Amino acid sequence: MSGHSTYEPKNGFSRWLDARLPVGRLVWDSFVDYPTPRNLNYWWTFGGILSLCLGVQILTGVVLAMHYTASAAGAFTSVEHIMRDVNYGWLLRYTHANGASMFFIAVYIHMLRGLYYGSYKAPREVLWILGCVIYGLMMATAFMGYVLPWGQMSFHGAVVITNLLGAFPIVGDAITTLLWGGFAVDEPTLKRFFSLHYLLPFMIAGVVVLHVWALHVVGQNNPTGIDPKSKSDTLPFTPYATVKDGFAMSVFLILFAVFVFFMPNALGHSDNYIPANPLVTPTHIVPEWYFLPFYAILRAVPDKLMGVIAMFGAIVCIFALPWLDTSKVKSMRYRPQAKLYFFIFLVVCVILGFCGAKLPDDQVIPGLVTNITPLGSDLNSFVWLSRISTLYYFAYFLVVTPLLGLMEKPLPTPETISSPVLGGEHKD
Amino acid sequence: MHRKDLRAASVVAAFWKGDLKVAHTAADATNPVAGDDPSRRDFIHIAAITAAAGGGVAAIWPFVAQMNPSADTLALASVEYDLTKIEPAQQVVINWRGKPLFIRNRTTEQIAAAVKDDHAAMKDPQTDAERHKEGKPEWLILVGSCTHLGCVPTVGGGDYGGWFCPCHGSVYDTSGRIRKGPAPKNLVVPEYAFLSDTKVKIG
Repeated sequence: MSGHSTYEPKNGFSRWLDARLPVGRLVWDSFVDYPTPRNLNYWWTFGGILSLCLGVQILTGVVLAMHYTASAAGAFTSVEHIMRDVNYGWLLRYTHANGASMFFIAVYIHMLRGLYYGSYKAPREVLWILGCVIYGLMMATAFMGYVLPWGQMSFHGAVVITNLLGAFPIVGDAITTLLWGGFAVDEPTLKRFFSLHYLLPFMIAGVVVLHVWALHVVGQNNPTGIDPKSKSDTLPFTPYATVKDGFAMSVFLILFAVFVFFMPNALGHSDNYIPANPLVTPTHIVPEWYFLPFYAILRAVPDKLMGVIAMFGAIVCIFALPWLDTSKVKSMRYRPQAKLYFFIFLVVCVILGFCGAKLPDDQVIPGLVTNITPLGSDLNSFVWLSRISTLYYFAYFLVVTPLLGLMEKPLPTPETISSPVLGGEHKD
Repeated sequence: MHRKDLRAASVVAAFWKGDLKVAHTAADATNPVAGDDPSRRDFIHIAAITAAAGGGVAAIWPFVAQMNPSADTLALASVEYDLTKIEPAQQVVINWRGKPLFIRNRTTEQIAAAVKDDHAAMKDPQTDAERHKEGKPEWLILVGSCTHLGCVPTVGGGDYGGWFCPCHGSVYDTSGRIRKGPAPKNLVVPEYAFLSDTKVKIG
């Protein structure tokens, strides 16, 4: 992207090192001199924010592991020990637990940014896929991390999620037994989840390196979706992007701090402060908020296997997006129809989230009974709202996105990034 | 001093005098020489870097503090022991703060041997009386870690009938004073008190 390197070692040592291991050059080319499109808006600061989130999670996680006991008998007590006895243990644990939520808030904004501005389209398909892999690893890490306190929600969440895989014909039972290391979720399950929960973040960090590498090969997308054509379209990463990212991180940290210091349990579930009991399931079992839309999709389908397939399919759709979208125009800024469907999609995802948190047969409009009960549930129920929303979710990826690209008439796109600003003077 | 540092210092000075200019025209931005006056922008840079550095240090604090003993560890820092369980000439070893603690019921001969050497040449001179509670010469309470590198000395070993450290051959007498070998100090007498004639509280 940047062509040849402009790094000039300033002293004898950096010249010596540059000839042997050019790390200084790498940092200079990647984070100082690297050209960024000059029109990036604040939606582009979430990459930096996500790196911060990963750093915070790894740092607090490594420290928490110094005090945590990965055993069915000791896990819950050790978490309480962290909360009550360890110096600043409450701060470290609340930061780690809320940090997971912050991580997902940031990653969802980051992904929706990509969706809206077409950041997944050629030549950024590999970049997008790597991002999806990171998201998948994040989900696995978050799920296993939630099991570790060994409270009621931890335990029965683990039971439900591992049983999901049992839905697959022939191999299902073998897979669940393999995950459990026994007849049910128990001590061996907890131990392997702890080990993997420690491992996966480092795998995420590895894929992040690939993600950033791929980004620096193809260059950043921007709100116009048009590639920079000349030097007047870009600005050096430092100070422009570093300062802007730094400001966004500071604002994000304020939100983070509000949760950690003022409402640390707002995003959790009180049942998880009850020690795990394999003999009693909580009356209402829900996953963490960031999994709720997928949980709603799972429950929307009245068949065990198909429900699981729908849930995993919802994630596969995101992976497949670069090849589902037929539009030549990247940014939805110039696609009024796509914009409309995108915002409906956004609302549908939020609705799915709400549905995931409710009992399937709860009424959407209180008191109204339609007595129309297709598939055994009243139409005025969250399960039917989930079904309609699930239908739109898949239609958005599998019908709207492929067809719209062929049928819509996009608005005219500018020649260059700078031309709308400079009034067409720079159309060279 | 670098020119930029001088500038930073003058910006801070100007701030305290309430003298910051609202500088920075478009020309300033492209011409670094024109930006030499203390300006609000310089002040923002200094304030931001200071706040980030302060925040960074504050964030490190809990990560270091969590390594220190936790409240439950500190709560277990003292133990009580019933001395009637120990026969004369016997030593018991109990666990105190994760380390062995020697409680030895000394015989009159062992006490006499220790007192006799009170003024012998020693690395860490101390009288026997300084190493037990007044009126209780039979009870010697010591931290059972060799002052050399922390091994546990065996009771009754060595030339003085006190302790012998198997790791590097340090020899302690019946008062737990270092007499031979590489250890620099006498075996440590912990802080303790008699709750009654037969009960002792250590720590």
